[in-house]
Amino acid sequence: MVRLWGSLAEFAAGHHEVEVIATNLRELLDGLATAHPALKPQLERGVSVSIDGRIYNDTWATPINETSEVVLLSRLVGG
Amino acid sequence: MTKVEYTPREFKVVGTRPLRPDGIDKVTGRARYGADISAPGMLVGMVLRSPHAHARIKSIDTSAAEALPGVKAVVTRADFTHQPEDNATADILDNCMAGEKVLYDGHAVAAVAATSRNAAIAAVAAIKVDYDVLPHVMDVDDAMKLGAPVLLKGRKQETVPAEMSDNVLTRNQYGHGDPEEGFKQADLIIERTFKTAATHQGYIEPHACLATLGADGQGDMWVCTQGHYMVRNTCAAILGLDAGRLRVTASEIGGGFGGKTTVFLEPTALVLSRKSGRPVKMTMTRDEVFRASGPTASTSIDIKIGMTKDGKITAATGDYRYQNGAYEAMNGTLGAMTGFAPYDLEHVRTTGWDVVTNRPKAAAYRAPGAPMAAFAVESVIDELAGELGLDPIDVRLKNAAREGTRAAYGPTYPAIGLEATLEAAKAHPHWSAPLGKNQGRGVACGFWFNFGGDTCVSLMINPDGTVSLSEGNPDIGGSRASMSMMAAEELGVPMEQVRTIVADTASLGQNEVTDGSRVTFAVGLATIKAARHAIEIMKERAAMTWGIDVDAVEWVDGAAQPAGPNAGKFPPMSIGEIAAIAANTGGPIAGHHEVNAEGAGVSFGTHIADTEVDPETGAVKILRYTVFQDAGKAVHPSYVEGQFQGGAVQGIGWALNEEYVYGEDGRLQNPGFLDYRIPVASDLPMIDPVILEIPNPGHPYGVRGVGETGIVPPLATVANAVSRAAGIRLTSLPMSPPKVLAALKGG
Amino acid sequence: MSHIHVKTTINGDAVEFLCQADETLLDVLRDRLDLTGSKEGCASGDCGACSVTLDGRLVCSCLMLGAEAEGSKIETIEGMAEGETLHPLQQAFLDHAALQCGVCTPGFLIAAKALLEKNPDPSEEETRYWLAGNLCRCTGYDKIIRAVLAAAKNMRETA
Repeated sequence: MVRLWGSLAEFAAGHHEVEVIATNLRELLDGLATAHPALKPQLERGVSVSIDGRIYNDTWATPINETSEVVLLSRLVGG
Repeated sequence: MTKVEYTPREFKVVGTRPLRPDGIDKVTGRARYGADISAPGMLVGMVLRSPHAHARIKSIDTSAAEALPGVKAVVTRADFTHQPEDNATADILDNCMAGEKVLYDGHAVAAVAATSRNAAIAAVAAIKVDYDVLPHVMDVDDAMKLGAPVLLKGRKQETVPAEMSDNVLTRNQYGHGDPEEGFKQADLIIERTFKTAATHQGYIEPHACLATLGADGQGDMWVCTQGHYMVRNTCAAILGLDAGRLRVTASEIGGGFGGKTTVFLEPTALVLSRKSGRPVKMTMTRDEVFRASGPTASTSIDIKIGMTKDGKITAATGDYRYQNGAYEAMNGTLGAMTGFAPYDLEHVRTTGWDVVTNRPKAAAYRAPGAPMAAFAVESVIDELAGELGLDPIDVRLKNAAREGTRAAYGPTYPAIGLEATLEAAKAHPHWSAPLGKNQGRGVACGFWFNFGGDTCVSLMINPDGTVSLSEGNPDIGGSRASMSMMAAEELGVPMEQVRTIVADTASLGQNEVTDGSRVTFAVGLATIKAARHAIEIMKERAAMTWGIDVDAVEWVDGAAQPAGPNAGKFPPMSIGEIAAIAANTGGPIAGHHEVNAEGAGVSFGTHIADTEVDPETGAVKILRYTVFQDAGKAVHPSYVEGQFQGGAVQGIGWALNEEYVYGEDGRLQNPGFLDYRIPVASDLPMIDPVILEIPNPGHPYGVRGVGETGIVPPLATVANAVSRAAGIRLTSLPMSPPKVLAALKGG
Repeated sequence: MSHIHVKTTINGDAVEFLCQADETLLDVLRDRLDLTGSKEGCASGDCGACSVTLDGRLVCSCLMLGAEAEGSKIETIEGMAEGETLHPLQQAFLDHAALQCGVCTPGFLIAAKALLEKNPDPSEEETRYWLAGNLCRCTGYDKIIRAVLAAAKNMRETA
């Protein structure tokens, strides 16, 4: 189960939470794109993902289990 | 599920305050910064810049310039023949050298390389550009209206309503719950609009580089930058070069704060070098730094917060409109995510807008987007507390996010240090010190994410037992010292036995830029793991020498020793002794670690400021300032304090004096340090830093990033102090004397 | 533009150079004499990173022409240490972590040395006002002021 940020829900048929079967970050992102193709532009621009409160950017193999809290965020940058 | 890296321990080196290894070079003037280098046959590169805020380039005639004595190359966009594949790189190229249009006063249009500065100046003056001047737009709210002059069509994201100008590139919304319902439960609702002006990072060292590029695509560059791998990769992407054939060396850097996390001169310097066949040195003047590097966004922010009479926030909304100069950036998005982050809110909704205007391309400035958002949110919370007669720290404690809170931007927080900073502030003598006439005290909180990212470290054990550590992140705050300390801690040797250098791009794998408060966290993590790797190898060598199993060897206090009496009676072997026989036992000894470090810990800060407002002039004096921030574990406390103090003072400047002033013609009126007034020593008192340490589970020593959070609270802290001192709420930054005076007079 | 022949003394050494009329002393130091310790932060006398002393007087070398150095005694950051012995101010800056990026440090050291030669026991306020012509963006000035006051005390006690 993935939580989407408010304006992204518009591209997932209005749902703020969507179900995706995934065991890692790569499967999650691919699964989201397949289930909700309207999300593809944002996914291609890049997202950060919070898994159980820690932020991940690119590591595809990052494990996700059924009880993980997964939240999609805009791609974060620093300075 | 996520691996816990942290283990509590007693530190021997980490937490002490040794002298920095680059210190003597820096106090004697020997250290070499971006402009401190030359090469045989070197040419001077110089840029011709647009005097118009918005114009179409009809033609450029470089023939007169090319004919001048001493001029060896003249380039325009036509010399950049490669087409970048993605929008972000294409934007950077367009910013470095304008294509069809110039989009801001100072936009680069052409460049020359000549044998002397005077020859270059003459060549630049001889280039003829025919402009078709267009109307310009400078203000964020103006740029969002349909009918505003449009900079670039077709870059509006699918999330932006069709009825808004093409200048509105992104819209992102966050939050949860139902704010309309939440507001119904409030006893008091305050709604305010805030505006902040654009500011610049203000690093004292202007951009500078020395570039050599041959016709065969091999090149070398010396540059002051926060990320030499980024410079290599970006220049390669722009020019269609193989990254592996471009070697970039990072000089010492004279300040960055995010402003040197991208390129401005570097692709042009390479093209000039290739065209002229000689090395080309380019430096920016201070005027060019202000007009044509990367300031931060100016903003227009609406905040609405509802509170019960005993201080509980029932609902909060925010609309964050940010202009990022002429190209896409994320400052508004980041502002919308961070403003309410310190609070546990049942009903919250924030919207961030990123808009383009005819100003220079914004670069990051230390926690990009967050300080302005905190200014707005913390001001309203302060006003609510004041109206309800409640203590401002108690109000924040009552609503503070803690472990298990769902953040306003989405995730649930793990262990965080916000309450600790608030409690520390409340207990500190500063909070209860008496105040005099025309004086006021302000408090505010701030939040930043902190990052990890790609990191490579090599740790070599030299034949004499000393240690050479090679990492890939330019040192902007003393990080080489911190890496040496962490390596020394892990190896069990004195820090003086470890020397850390910043390697060039040919010597290590990819390293993410020095940004996002990432270095002590990510490079530290890699350093510790590289040290552990080296230790494993050294244990094997000892085991081999003793003829015992490696599992029977342990590493204690810088030496291998048998792990218990059954392992055998052998005296310990120090690093030096193992290194001396490395050639006999298998060859040179080195540990290394490559990682995309994830799981950096977020950090929170609380600041308190006392100000005095002069009722006759509107001038504000900072009387006292204290910073409370969670560092997880302070590796070198003096450098952590330095980050707190530096961030606070940049924030003070942003709150009181600093702003970009544009004329009606869209030209920057104050591109110099006289009229862009950053704080000087006589403006300030001592800045008291209080370091809290709530360990970050994601780092072996508990380290959290500290570099950026320090700039997030001060805008609001100072605004709250000034508003209380003046008896009137100020909602526009900077709070310069004319504006404070006008507010005092009821304007 | 033809060159001007200048004879001067820099850090105690007799120095001769050629420069054009419009070159500043800062340009000469950095580009002709390879004394890159003095920095260009603004070229308009607002940041103090180019500070040197001219016959004992603190000046911004970007506000002075190279040709004006004729017959003068110039002291730059390169002359502050004596062999391997650091000046007490240089040591104090290291001891008190009074630098982060270090680019403003040469200017501050030259300015602070000029202050202590005039006034060996300055107050915090006097120190802050004297150094108001030197910009620092990294430190917020706190540790710089502490270092200067500590060095002043040290120099008074060992005088």
